[in-house]
Amino acid sequence: MRNASYWRTGPQRMSLMGEVCPHCHAKLFPPRDVCPKCGAPAREAYQFSGRGTVYSFSTLYSAPLGWAEYAPYVVALVKLEEGPLVTAQLTDVAPTEVAIGMPVEMVTRKMRAEGESGLIQYGYKFRPLLQEAAAHP
Amino acid sequence: MRDVSIVGIGQIPVREHWARSLQVMGADAVRLALQDAGVERPGALYVGNMLSGQISGQENLGALVADHAGLRGIEALKVEAACASGAAALRVGYIAVASGLHDAVVVCGVEKMTDALVDETTAALVSAADAVYEGEQGVSFVALNALLMQRYMHEYGYTRDAFAGFAVNAHRNALHNPNAMFRRAVTAEAFHRSKMIASPVSLLDSSAIADGAAAVVLTPTELARAHGMRAVRIAASAAATDSVALHERDEPLALAAARQSALGAYAQAGCKPADIDFAELHDAFTIMTALSLEACGFAERGEGARLAMVDAITPAGRIPISTMGGLKARGHPVGATGLYQAVEATLQLRGEAGDNQIAGCRIGLVQNIGGSGANVITHILERVGH
Repeated sequence: MRNASYWRTGPQRMSLMGEVCPHCHAKLFPPRDVCPKCGAPAREAYQFSGRGTVYSFSTLYSAPLGWAEYAPYVVALVKLEEGPLVTAQLTDVAPTEVAIGMPVEMVTRKMRAEGESGLIQYGYKFRPLLQEAAAHP
Repeated sequence: MRDVSIVGIGQIPVREHWARSLQVMGADAVRLALQDAGVERPGALYVGNMLSGQISGQENLGALVADHAGLRGIEALKVEAACASGAAALRVGYIAVASGLHDAVVVCGVEKMTDALVDETTAALVSAADAVYEGEQGVSFVALNALLMQRYMHEYGYTRDAFAGFAVNAHRNALHNPNAMFRRAVTAEAFHRSKMIASPVSLLDSSAIADGAAAVVLTPTELARAHGMRAVRIAASAAATDSVALHERDEPLALAAARQSALGAYAQAGCKPADIDFAELHDAFTIMTALSLEACGFAERGEGARLAMVDAITPAGRIPISTMGGLKARGHPVGATGLYQAVEATLQLRGEAGDNQIAGCRIGLVQNIGGSGANVITHILERVGH
């Protein structure tokens, strides 16, 4: 990932900061400034809770360049409780334990390192919703 | 708008062409198509290609392929729409002839995927998806299809074995296609045991990395008739888009752009799914075949996979698909695929498909899908009576 892109997309990748449309109130992630639902400008920041459920998932055995050392890993479409779907890796869970509908929560994690002297990238992953947090939201 | 026909076709075998460069492959297909059409110097060349910049460090393909094909001087440019680059170039050629700007154009699709290692090519293919919100999450292009397949199996109650028929049919049809990459049959049992790439997508759900080039020559149908050329009419050309990222769609399994472009094509051609004699669909992954069958109106939502289970997609079935092997077995050199589909459909409609001939076919549908459904182009081709 290019340094400027990494910096520019920081708030959304580190903490799921999205946008809310002031016209139709759709919650948008990733932020995109024009609401895809109603076409109106949508530049109001919105902090997503990070909670959602697994909509679909896949275990990658053959990974793209730069990701091979982490394979196998699980990627998922997570349905956020505010509505949007987000593509993300799952963490702290065995591939065999993942199921559609499973409650998950966002955590900030290391994504990958670009070699010995390159950027260490961080971003969002999702883990199974912790029981304690589920009991005391 | 003028009516447009395909009057010449050319293709090289889909292979790992280590000895042949991008421009040599493209030029070969262009020259074969021009020769087939009996056209010496077309007004323009449009080149469909997705990955040349990333894999070969080469852009400016229009001029490059034109020059290597002996056409230095003509208008030429590259057209890119991810895996639908081939059909996108075909549509640009169609627009150029239909509009009256050119009386003869050649459209070529070319892709050189084997100049890089597999993980590099895998990374390059992810550029069809959202770079930051899909690619930088570690997702491969295969995995995006896997996310669709997993959800499809969950919603409609299929196991992955239900998709075996798509691979079995494609490989069986490729047996008699000398230009196909995999001329060998596979069994449902082999499909069941196939190695996982991104679960539930296995090796035998997927099209392979390959090199290839194919081309067609287009002229106004009236001109083709006047010159007694073998013509196959482009009865419809329709394109539609969706969000690039899978997660930005309200209904990921609906493949809305495929639906929209198919409906646009039916409207333009004045026909309906039941009128289609065969279809070359975008079977890059078995799940895409199922979703494309549904989007084109050949099956209800959730019923696409069932067509593979009841032999409806075989050459003798209700809607034969992948008649020369499809992306699965003929091979999927991404930016060239749309042109291979058009060339194969033309062979069928000319009655020149040999052992793979769909008897008495008159109308074929060709659908090329870019990304996980972001850019979809559908053409309907029709036999022209003399």
